[in-house]
Amino acid sequence: MSFNLTFIGQMIAFAVFVWLTMRYVWTPITKAMEERQKKIADGLSAADRANRDLELAQEKAAQELREAKQKAAEIIDQANKRSARLVDEAKENARVEGERILAQASAEIEREQNRAKEALRAELASLVITGAEKILETSVDAKAHSEMLDKLSAQL
Amino acid sequence: MAGESENLTASSYIDHHLTNLTFGQLPAGTRPGQDQAIWTMAHNGAEAQQMGFMAIHVDMMGWSLVLGLIFFLMFRKVAKTMTSDTPSGFQNFVEMVVDFVQDNVKSMFPYKNPLVAPMALTILVWVFLMNFMDLIAVDLLPFVAQLFGEHVLGADPHHVFFKVVPSTDPNVTLGMAFDVFLLILFFSIREKGLGGFIGELTLHPFSNKNPIVQAIFIPINFVLEFVNMIAKPVSLGLRLFGNMYAGEMIFILIALMYSAGPVLGIFGGGLQIVWAMFHILIISLQAFIFMVLTIVYMSQSFETSESH
Repeated sequence: MSFNLTFIGQMIAFAVFVWLTMRYVWTPITKAMEERQKKIADGLSAADRANRDLELAQEKAAQELREAKQKAAEIIDQANKRSARLVDEAKENARVEGERILAQASAEIEREQNRAKEALRAELASLVITGAEKILETSVDAKAHSEMLDKLSAQL
Repeated sequence: MAGESENLTASSYIDHHLTNLTFGQLPAGTRPGQDQAIWTMAHNGAEAQQMGFMAIHVDMMGWSLVLGLIFFLMFRKVAKTMTSDTPSGFQNFVEMVVDFVQDNVKSMFPYKNPLVAPMALTILVWVFLMNFMDLIAVDLLPFVAQLFGEHVLGADPHHVFFKVVPSTDPNVTLGMAFDVFLLILFFSIREKGLGGFIGELTLHPFSNKNPIVQAIFIPINFVLEFVNMIAKPVSLGLRLFGNMYAGEMIFILIALMYSAGPVLGIFGGGLQIVWAMFHILIISLQAFIFMVLTIVYMSQSFETSESH
């Protein structure tokens, strides 16, 4: 064991291996490791973002659902109102129609009554005349008495 | 063990295990009939000693490079197919290691520098792998090397020395520590400026408003701080070396028991397991400590505020 050229040899070998390691081993390995770290960090932040997005979407969906419900309620309400109005209208129409029919009917009845009265009156006049003729056994000047008979029948 | 000659003694066994396979410049006249310096493999420890500085531990350097390559190729394979999607299999393991290093660097080195973290990773894994060689049976790889040397290369098996744990060679550990030291100097001067760096060495820990007194303090400070500075790489390298050398030594001593009869052999087997388990802790701890201290030293060299 003596001090010799091995010392120099090892110095050179060490320097060369350190250089080789720095250039061909350390740099690529640490670079890839850093890359992976970055990837993981990115992935985590992406997951975070996705979570936030999901939350937002859920909130939005809930809000939309709420709105939809409200709208549906409104529509139903409107429909109810409308149906009530329709029913009311129908009732009113029916009432008016009924009244009209009733009025028509009573007018008809009145007209019939008048016509019957007229006919009765005419009948009565001729009956009266006939009766009177019979009583008097003379012809009565129909002309002279019709005026008086008309007055009579008008009083009836 | 098999393959060893009969006249093996305990001390030659240990010697053999502590001698590196050394290639170097053998001075003239070391071997009989050799009249000029030659570059060759040392045949024994004495020849390796003779080579002095102009020699290289082939086994240490080889294993160091092989382990470094294993580390690099393993991690490179992952780096190439690295995906930022779900990781699987080996990528998980690599990412765990990288994450661990990154955490340590972040907590101890609050500055921006592209070099420190990869260096920490290299140290952690490479030093761990070097230390890990200690857990492979002490005789296995040397035995294989001996057979290989004898039958393939035609060498005398007694001349084939083979140590497999690079971190038990102070050249290796100090080599890395010295690289760290150079970086400390470089970053200190870059961050603090040459003046700031010299000031740090000479104006602490003693300082005085009186310029004459201060002038006396400067050499004292310099001696203290210089020792402090030099101690960093030396302690860094020697700590790892000492721990691993001691660990290997104990493995060798335990292995010696195998040749001392069945009772001691079985006892040695038990010890071997216990020590190996304990050593798992040491090898990881030492690799970790080497990395942490490197990060701390780097951090200190970046520290511009004078806080001590």
